[in-house]
Amino acid sequence: MEIFSNLILGFQVALSLQNLAYCFLGVMVGTAIGVLPGIGPLVTIAMLLPITFNLAPVPAMIMLAGIYYGSQYGGSTTSILMNLPGETASVVTCIDGYQMAKQGRAGPALAIAAIGSFFAGCVGTLLIALFGPPLAEAALKFGAPEYFALMLMALVAAACLSSGDMVKALAMVIFGLLIGIVGTDVNSGMARFSFGISELTDGMGFTVIAVGLFAVSEIVKNLETTVQGEIFTSKIKNLMPTWADLKASFAPIMRGTAIGSFFGALPGTGPAISAFSAYMVEKKMAKDPSRFGKGAIEGVASPESANNAASQTSFIPTLTLGIPGSGVMALMLGALTIQGIAPGPQVMSAKPDLFWGLIASMWIGNLLLVVLNLPLVGMWVQLLKVPYRWLFPSIIMFCAVGNYSINNSPMDLYLVAIMGIVGYILMKLECPPAPLILGFVLGPLMEENLRRALLISRGDPTVFFTRPISLTFMLLSAFVLIIMIVPQMRKKKEEAIHEGGGG
Amino acid sequence: MKADLQNNKDFLAGLLMIGVASIAFYMALDYPFGSALRMGPGYFPRVLAGILMTFGLYVMIRGIKSGEKVGGAWGWKALAFITVAFVVFGWLMDRIGMIPSLVVMFFLAAFAGHQFKWIEVTILTVIMTAFAWGVFIWGLGLPYRLFWWDY
Repeated sequence: MEIFSNLILGFQVALSLQNLAYCFLGVMVGTAIGVLPGIGPLVTIAMLLPITFNLAPVPAMIMLAGIYYGSQYGGSTTSILMNLPGETASVVTCIDGYQMAKQGRAGPALAIAAIGSFFAGCVGTLLIALFGPPLAEAALKFGAPEYFALMLMALVAAACLSSGDMVKALAMVIFGLLIGIVGTDVNSGMARFSFGISELTDGMGFTVIAVGLFAVSEIVKNLETTVQGEIFTSKIKNLMPTWADLKASFAPIMRGTAIGSFFGALPGTGPAISAFSAYMVEKKMAKDPSRFGKGAIEGVASPESANNAASQTSFIPTLTLGIPGSGVMALMLGALTIQGIAPGPQVMSAKPDLFWGLIASMWIGNLLLVVLNLPLVGMWVQLLKVPYRWLFPSIIMFCAVGNYSINNSPMDLYLVAIMGIVGYILMKLECPPAPLILGFVLGPLMEENLRRALLISRGDPTVFFTRPISLTFMLLSAFVLIIMIVPQMRKKKEEAIHEGGGG
Repeated sequence: MKADLQNNKDFLAGLLMIGVASIAFYMALDYPFGSALRMGPGYFPRVLAGILMTFGLYVMIRGIKSGEKVGGAWGWKALAFITVAFVVFGWLMDRIGMIPSLVVMFFLAAFAGHQFKWIEVTILTVIMTAFAWGVFIWGLGLPYRLFWWDY
């Protein structure tokens, strides 16, 4: 079996002392920062991205992946102990997890979350190993029209399926595509949107956008309000879940994993939607739904498994097709690009050590999380006492030095400031930044493939509809758009009818 | 009604989109458009700007109809201190070395918070500057000059 030899190669790479150390470092740093209130995975990765730029590609990606699931794990810890979700994916965990903690069952809640996450992580890793190679192989046969249609579908789906306003999300995709144009046009050599700034002829720095849009806006938002979070410190006595807990959680973990694996691989539906869906499914399937919201262990087990499965399988389209489905994955893809690796289906064959090493390291990282973090939970809780006024200048400092270190150019910092202002305004106006970064990452590739596709077809735009694979992607994009528009229209119609009937 | 528009969430969002689209379209007029067969560098940007303009108009009109306000207060003070901190750090980095630049930046950034305690910020600055030195200079081996006398 080829998959075994591939996985063995992966483990050989991941288990080298250096890579193991970076995996460990990433997981620890990720958890530590994920536990800190007000700092989610996006900010964490945006902040640490420039630092990994100074590493070799394999350890850099391993560390970033570790930071990602580490910070997600940290987020669920604070959800359970403090009712403080570090990010949207763990909002659901708060509902029953915090109730369990209040009843003195924080230990079992944390343990079940960890066990569920680990199981989901294993399945997710296996799924990547199983589905990655055939997908990449299929994608290698794609021509320019197929690629363009695929990217269009990914962007449309990511904008429509993510929570929030669909029109604004689509507009942000376009904004991102426009920022992606900044720089020298590969075909004509013309500098576009460079505003006469010589640094911009190389394009807008990826980390500049990431830090500006995610880190700066997030910090300013946290500083708007003066309310300080109440810290609920409870002694965690008993970590071990009872036999009954385990039995009650078994099926929810399975279901959560299945739901998460499915949604994770789709563009736009990341860990957050997976966790919500998993929770809803558990509530529907429960014999006594009234227990939910009062400390039902299923309400922790299933969403936690789902969000971890989703964060694993979201690597599938990112690594095999070069198409990121979420903001975090766009950052991962950006990290690859910074390392000089063109993302796409060729990564697997050209850089097998990177691909399989990363996958193996994800499994190891998940294991590290369970083995190390459960006993260390007391230490992580201590971190919660760090006041935010100490944290945010430190984050800013790291972002600044990190961004400077990429090009050794002050211009990057001026651009961070500008992007920070843009990011904050966008956030206040509820324009989601994640679609923007997706557009930015895919922009140059999209233009290139559009250009090539129309060159092949001699300028005939029907090329996207006459080739079967491309047609499928186009129809799927249209389908997603229509199903998202129709309910809105229906709702509006109903409102109109109501108003008419009432008045 | 007019006064409301200043704090109208969707109206402002639409205005921003139209603004961005207009600038992009105007700048892209300088780039050859080409044809669908041989796309010039101006093709993609102009098409995108056109789409963004449409979205912007839609969002703007929707805002006027719904009149939804921007949630919460604007944190201009915090935003100002933080962006200035980035700019000043970038400007100083090439001039007075990393350590003093970091100190200035840390203080500027700390002013963005609600409380500013001199002793606390001073201690934190020392710790974090040492930490940054440890990570970037010692750990990653970046060749930055630490003080102005290193030039």
